[in-house]
Amino acid sequence: MATKTRAASKKKRRGKAAEKEGPEVIRVPETTVEIVSDSGEGAQKCGQIFGAVCAKMGNGAWTVEIIPAEIQPPARSKAGGSGNRIRFGTEEVTNWGDATNLVVAFNEQVLLGRIELGALAEDAIVLLENQWATHPDEDIRKEWEEGLKELSKHDYRIIEVPMEEECLKIVDDTRRGKNMFALGMLAWIYDRDQELIRGQIAHQFRKKGEDIYQRNVELMEAGYAWAQKNLDFRIEVPTVPSDVPKVVMNGNEAVGMGVIAAGMELCSMYPITPATSASHYLGDVFERFGGVVHQAEDEIAAVGVAIGASYSGKVACTITSGPGLSLKQEFLGLAVMLEVPLVVVDVQRGGPSTGLPTKAEQSDLLTACFGQHGDAPHVVMAAATIDECFHSMITARRIAEAFKTVVIVLTDANLATGVQPFVRPQVDARWQQAPIGLAPVPEDKPPYDWDPRTGLAQRRVPGQPGGMYTATGLAHNEWSKVAYDPDSHQRGCQMRSRKMAVLQSTLKPPEIRGDDSGDLLVVGWGSTRGAIEEAVDRARAEGLSVSSCHITFLSPLPPGLKQMFSRFDRVMTVEINYSDEPDDPYVTEENRRRAQLCRLLREATLVDVDCWSRVPGQPLRPGKILKAIKQRLEMGVQV
Amino acid sequence: MTHYGCSLLGCGVIDERHFDMDDYQGAIARWCPGCGDHSILTAVQRLLEEEQLKPEETVLVSGIGCSSRFPHYVKTYGFHGLHGRALPVAIGIKLERPELHVFVTMGDGDCCSIGAGHWIHATRYNADMVAMLLDNNMYGLTKGQTSPTTPLRFPSNTQPHGSYLRPLNPLTATLGVTNASFVAQTAEWIPQHLFETLKAAYHHKGFAFIRILQRCPVYTSKIYEDAVRSPDLIEMLIHDDGIHIPDLDQIYKNQVIHDPSNLNEAYRLAQDSDRMRIGIFYRNEGLPRYEEVRRLPARTAEERVKLLNEELDRYAV
Repeated sequence: MATKTRAASKKKRRGKAAEKEGPEVIRVPETTVEIVSDSGEGAQKCGQIFGAVCAKMGNGAWTVEIIPAEIQPPARSKAGGSGNRIRFGTEEVTNWGDATNLVVAFNEQVLLGRIELGALAEDAIVLLENQWATHPDEDIRKEWEEGLKELSKHDYRIIEVPMEEECLKIVDDTRRGKNMFALGMLAWIYDRDQELIRGQIAHQFRKKGEDIYQRNVELMEAGYAWAQKNLDFRIEVPTVPSDVPKVVMNGNEAVGMGVIAAGMELCSMYPITPATSASHYLGDVFERFGGVVHQAEDEIAAVGVAIGASYSGKVACTITSGPGLSLKQEFLGLAVMLEVPLVVVDVQRGGPSTGLPTKAEQSDLLTACFGQHGDAPHVVMAAATIDECFHSMITARRIAEAFKTVVIVLTDANLATGVQPFVRPQVDARWQQAPIGLAPVPEDKPPYDWDPRTGLAQRRVPGQPGGMYTATGLAHNEWSKVAYDPDSHQRGCQMRSRKMAVLQSTLKPPEIRGDDSGDLLVVGWGSTRGAIEEAVDRARAEGLSVSSCHITFLSPLPPGLKQMFSRFDRVMTVEINYSDEPDDPYVTEENRRRAQLCRLLREATLVDVDCWSRVPGQPLRPGKILKAIKQRLEMGVQV
Repeated sequence: MTHYGCSLLGCGVIDERHFDMDDYQGAIARWCPGCGDHSILTAVQRLLEEEQLKPEETVLVSGIGCSSRFPHYVKTYGFHGLHGRALPVAIGIKLERPELHVFVTMGDGDCCSIGAGHWIHATRYNADMVAMLLDNNMYGLTKGQTSPTTPLRFPSNTQPHGSYLRPLNPLTATLGVTNASFVAQTAEWIPQHLFETLKAAYHHKGFAFIRILQRCPVYTSKIYEDAVRSPDLIEMLIHDDGIHIPDLDQIYKNQVIHDPSNLNEAYRLAQDSDRMRIGIFYRNEGLPRYEEVRRLPARTAEERVKLLNEELDRYAV
């Protein structure tokens, strides 16, 4: 896909650039817009509405939040920018793309912050609030002058916009309103349906009162009118309305809705970024479904409450992020030992330690697989899209109950806050079924009546007459009696492990995108799917022999990988976690610390799988992945 | 008790089962001879029998430690989980299955040290359950380490020259938490008092916290020795709304009339003192219980599907 918004007019223009003979219309298959402001000025809301309108008009879209780590960082600071980045196109958009083509910035500092991060295309159009030029504070005026000098080093087309001045005609406090003015400008530039915009404004503001809704509409219309009068270009991204019903939401809302769809009755959690918004969503609606969001006193209690609920026969989950997952590990080992079904969602962020709380990373894979002490076989799977955030909840519950074990579902901050339209799920009443009744149990039937071949056993919950037993985290025999003898522990471990082999035998090998054999196979997992596939498609379009596959089940891994890998000269994972580069100082083949999926694949297949991974605190860009693909291909055959 | 009706299955037959003490007998207890836990086990089984609690509707939850082996020795449902984490599990059970009778046993390391955060919050949730702190002032299962309730200067394997800090007072700590609704103290060597306290706790609607003073014959045999031998060291809190066992009046002559509804007085009596006070310090049935506060009308699968479709409509493109 092309990434430029316009081929023409690279000359810089300042100020109002309006001629009456009608604007130039630039037609592109897809484009990326961002709006960035100080925290609290509403750029995020503007971006959310714009993204939703694009989706509703039939564009493919992918929206990413730009979030500072603090709630109220200092105004006009480079690190304090807050907003939204929307990539939308005629066809489906599966990732955030490479660079922004048009940006609306409320001050030059947040814009410079974005530029330092490499967010903007070199020929980007910039709509920049210009009130700072005449600001009473001399320091600010100086910053503005220096900022413009800095901007002039680039090839951007800068359009100064008197947003403050225009908004003051309508409201006294422009912190509550400039965002709608910006929305109006975007609406004119991209020819967005104003009726849909008003509908979205109503969705956001109507519950705050009719006058607030009206004022926001007025501001939006003012922005629209200003752009119409003053801008000499419009950008057209053709829309293809589709018959397939779709919904649009972010990954955490999809997880929350998936929790409901999967028939869960309890979500037990402790606040942690970036997972909490899933609980915000559930906190708002879950009670209507008879479900409870339990905010526990800490991460450990959160999982303990979920395990207690599940032990007593209910469907429960806990939602957390990396630091919370670390705290929950002892309890997860207990659930595995007791064979209590449990769904855990880990919305990954940058680590270790507090790391990058608001930023995406895929570095919890190994701790999700191996974080418990002792041998604690359980299931780890990852959602690759927002759609999968929803559906993985249903799959996870089913596996957790069928195999009486823990299922950890990995998403990340990219999915959590990314917004994408997807095919509306067909809700199935069978997903809501209660897991188990309270039928009496024969007293001669042990609580762990393991099938020796599969390790599977029937579930048993309090309330079932005749079934009384004490679940224990100590090594135990089939009667759940504490058993320290060597045979009993060997057997218990064996039964719990066998279930994983059985599950693995039911999985399908992952599909290959591209040819079944070739020079390079790129393997990914989780939220990088769209970016990897776009990079591979571009590489193939350039004639390179590259394919990709994406792995949903990380533990157990799906069957057929070794054979699949053997048909490629090189296999490489692309991940958002840290790995050494092969040519780093002191790094050798033996001591190189490889990316996390790469390690799992090498162990499972004995293939010399390579990796390319980065931890930029943001999603990977397809352009960068493409570069890595080319670089690895130049390195030649290694296997 | 081999025959049970199927009232549980909803076919309307009255459950005519009668349960004897034997019906609550689980595995043979493996505590040390002379351990106070034996007496507590008997009292709990006696309570289950007297109240005729259905074994399948009773759940004993514990953490890790000597006292946490408890559920294995009672033939009900049991959950022997993690060190310090009995209370979150118990809350999960009660929240989702409020009809179950939940009993929690914890040791002083379990409740007052590694699980202290859960103890405070469980008190505040005030879910309807009996929480027993079996307090022997020492880590027993790990062989003699100082616990938060070990008396000052009492030696242990980790603090062989005596403990360095004054012991934590579990009674004032619990009474200080918002929503504390039942706080009592009893001693395992006074079986009638232990039983009556357990019974009052069971009938209390809310989180009933009982600290049970418990002898450990191996590591802390001296701590309660004087109190066992000299009833004069014990002061009984008595009241019509509390516990009063006339049979014990001759032995335990130090008595103080204390109305369990008086929180300020409860707090004063619970302070550290030369006397070992037993009885109900505080009881308030008027406080909200978490499982009641969070109770919701059940939804059928069809209702949930309909609501979910409405929810998806809100996000429809």
